[in-house]
Amino acid sequence: MAAEQLLSVKDLRVNFHTLRGVVHALQGVSFHINRQETLGLVGETGCGKSVTARAVLRLVVAPGEIAGGEVHFEGRNLLGLTEVEMRTLRGSQISMIMQEPKMSLNPVIRVGRQVGETLRIHDPSMSKKIAAQQAVDMLAQLGIPDPKRVARRYPHELSGGMAQRIMIAMMLVTRPKLLIADEPTSALDVTIQAQILELMNRLIQEIQTSVLMITHDLGVMAESCDRVAVMYAGQIVEIGPVRDVLKDPRHPYTQGLLKTLPDKAHPDEPLYSIKGAVPTLLSAHKACGFAPRCAHRFKPCDEAPPPMHALGNGRRAACYLLGDYAGVPG
Amino acid sequence: MNAPSASSKLDRSDARRHRSDARRQYWCDTFTLWRRNKLMVVGTFIILVLLVVAAAAPLLATQGPFDQISKDRLIPPSAQYWFGTDSLGRDIYSRVVYGSRVTLLIALLVAAISTPLGMAIGVLSGYFGGAVDEFLMRTSDVFLAFPKLILAVAFAAALGPGVENAIIAISVANWPSYARLARAETLTVKNNEYIQAMRVLGASNLRIMIGHITPMCLSSIIVRMSLDMGAIILTAAGLGFLGLGAQPPTPEWGLMVSDGRDFLVDQWWVSTLPGIAILIVVVGFNLLGDGIRDILDPHQRQN
Amino acid sequence: MPGCRAKEEFMAFANSLNTARAGNETADQPILELTDLHVHFPIREGLLNRSVHTVKAVSGVTLSIRPGESVGLVGESGCGKTSLGRAVVGLSPVTFGQVAFRGRSLVGLSGQQAYERAKLVQLIFQDPYSSLHPRKTVRDLVGVGLKLHKLADDEKIDRIVLDMLKRVGFGLEHMYRYAHEFSGGQRQRIALARALVLHPEVLILDEPTSALDVSVQAQILNLLKELQREFNLTYLFISHDLSVVNYMSDRIGVMYLGHIVEIGPRTRIFQAPRHPYSQVLLSSLPSTDPDKPGKKIVLEGDPPTPIDPPPGCPFAPRCPRVEDICHQDKPVLTAQGGHGDHLAACHFPGELKFSQV
Repeated sequence: MAAEQLLSVKDLRVNFHTLRGVVHALQGVSFHINRQETLGLVGETGCGKSVTARAVLRLVVAPGEIAGGEVHFEGRNLLGLTEVEMRTLRGSQISMIMQEPKMSLNPVIRVGRQVGETLRIHDPSMSKKIAAQQAVDMLAQLGIPDPKRVARRYPHELSGGMAQRIMIAMMLVTRPKLLIADEPTSALDVTIQAQILELMNRLIQEIQTSVLMITHDLGVMAESCDRVAVMYAGQIVEIGPVRDVLKDPRHPYTQGLLKTLPDKAHPDEPLYSIKGAVPTLLSAHKACGFAPRCAHRFKPCDEAPPPMHALGNGRRAACYLLGDYAGVPG
Repeated sequence: MNAPSASSKLDRSDARRHRSDARRQYWCDTFTLWRRNKLMVVGTFIILVLLVVAAAAPLLATQGPFDQISKDRLIPPSAQYWFGTDSLGRDIYSRVVYGSRVTLLIALLVAAISTPLGMAIGVLSGYFGGAVDEFLMRTSDVFLAFPKLILAVAFAAALGPGVENAIIAISVANWPSYARLARAETLTVKNNEYIQAMRVLGASNLRIMIGHITPMCLSSIIVRMSLDMGAIILTAAGLGFLGLGAQPPTPEWGLMVSDGRDFLVDQWWVSTLPGIAILIVVVGFNLLGDGIRDILDPHQRQN
Repeated sequence: MPGCRAKEEFMAFANSLNTARAGNETADQPILELTDLHVHFPIREGLLNRSVHTVKAVSGVTLSIRPGESVGLVGESGCGKTSLGRAVVGLSPVTFGQVAFRGRSLVGLSGQQAYERAKLVQLIFQDPYSSLHPRKTVRDLVGVGLKLHKLADDEKIDRIVLDMLKRVGFGLEHMYRYAHEFSGGQRQRIALARALVLHPEVLILDEPTSALDVSVQAQILNLLKELQREFNLTYLFISHDLSVVNYMSDRIGVMYLGHIVEIGPRTRIFQAPRHPYSQVLLSSLPSTDPDKPGKKIVLEGDPPTPIDPPPGCPFAPRCPRVEDICHQDKPVLTAQGGHGDHLAACHFPGELKFSQV
């Protein structure tokens, strides 16, 4: 089992030091990703999913800091590596695609050269000519028409969908073992999103890379992930195979989240909304983080943070309702 | 979402309390940021000292600024004359102390004239664009083409000597940079949605410029102004040195430096000590200005 | 004297608006009517700033909205829905065509007339992070309309603002805070309060929940429905999200490259769309039911820009069902299946086969 695990995150903690105090952005996040598997990290704004991605790549900068935990990639603890060692990993073994492709690309360098540069960073012996050719090949593989001409364009001359394809090219050209996709389609129109997701799925199969897919869109997650972890207020509240979590959510937050989506079958019913608001994370959770908004709150919820209960088939959820406790919920 | 409370009658004291709470939080954050920046604390301290000295000049000076004691000419710094005396037997320390008033007056008046003028022109220019923008900016370009000191000297020479004319001359040289700054801010801001929302609500252009765009320019203008103070004081001192600003016997620091020109080596205190006063105040304003910029930076605050 | 005449005109306009508001002319008369609306933006290049290209954001849209109705406009970037909404409130230029509020034109208004329009139609912006002035307190933000239109003195403004804030879910403790202290959803509620203090009759909502999380979106959409009932509002709801538009609207119009390509009652558009683009749009919605993934129709290439569009059907370059005639002849909106209220602009409507989600 351990040999299968490409990435293993244990009890990861990240803090941000702000004027108002310390924000506990991640409070003990644990998950793993197997080889050739796509794990979705789903949650709303502020739940810590982007922070998780950056922590894995050791890209958390002041006023943030990684306050504890372990991140094992192919057996090595990434948190113990030097910056130089991390740099050899980034872009070659672990890549990241971000939400706004035009902001992630250098605006004054032609895109073909940027893709080629990625190759040459990790293989300094490669000549510029070969790198340029491989870049064009990659663009062709991505289904970009007239790839030679597109390679000579600047990022601002491209549409959002095209720029995101360039980004994917850059990040996959080194055939990384792990791809982190941070909201890759959130900024795109829905028809382009369909294109990009189809493209990503195809490439991921070909290159056999594992993916950490971060999104707030449950539909995107349903269609591209094998397993999913639901995050709330800096913690993972539920994790398991996508089908199980979507059809039979066990954590009240997951249940609530799925209920807030407009129901095509009953379009006139008022939308379910989870009452209350996301907590500020200025203090570490001393009890269940979701309790103030939970309809099933009962005594143990306010006493200590709930542990993860194993539910079989790789499913886990952190909720007292799932264990055996004296006292009836409600 | 909170349910509406039972009574919707407005409790005025409650409202006041909330408003003062919000304000208090703002100043608390400001104070914390201020305290963290050691250099800024130094700068603030220097300027405070300047203000105190200017306000309490009669109390702090040991002599009158115009009192000449002929037998005590060009005496080095001593117990009686802390900074020594000049060629007319006047106590330099007292003249430096009183000179702080002149310096402060010039700095504040120049700022009070050139800043609003520059801001208004910049906002108009940025907001309307087109021919108005072209005309105003080309005009300001003419002014900006000359180094500020040269321009101030030219105007002061044309207007004649005196502190009032010096103030006008420096203001004239100063407004274009504020205009540029305000115009840049206006261009950034004018297409933002909160400005468009004002148009949809029916606000007139004037109302938008004054009530909504100008407040957004204020932070960079204020930073610029505090950094400029040093330059203004130097320019005023320069004009005084050249005989174009304050006239004798006014105890203006630049003029005092000029007075000591002829005996720079042997009676160094006549020029040097007023010069040091200029140095300290200019550095103080620079440190203050840098610090203000950091404090007003919204990114710093939001963190 | 020009001054007197302008004032007379303004008084006449204001009076006519007031009568239109007070009286109930005919319940059936559309409250907002767009007729062959064109919104074009010239792109100027070169030393002489000559107009080289034209962005045809909206190309000939005709739409009639009844009082109390909720019309949804859905489409992707470049379709012109935002420009259309902004043209109604005077933020985008109307190059050709007409926009009428109860029969009175809203095009080419003078300053005073635009001032009066503010009390009739308001707009909610998409980005809650840039639609509120960062240096004003919530009280000033929400009350600015009252102050501008001299509808109340300071004390009364305080009361009205507090009342409105309570209606959208805030309390006294929020009145003197600044925008940056609030989340996206809260800011949209503040924006709503700001728009509603003037008691407009029509509210144009430009992607009001697109920047928000799903659970916050649910809150805002529920609130919008409540407010519509309470204030008797007519909504023009613009969004790229079909499922949200489906929830909020009575009628849905699908836009592509500046044209309405299909419009009809909500159920019919959602269950049986006739225009190929509508069908593509519907199929692209990712499904959260892993048992019913649905087959997606994936288009090739990028959506075109509305700069100098080619003749013929705007969707022809990407349409899976395209034929020669589509490139030459622009189809007009025609009734579908004998239903006068369901229109689609296509030479071959309903012929694209795909399995419904």
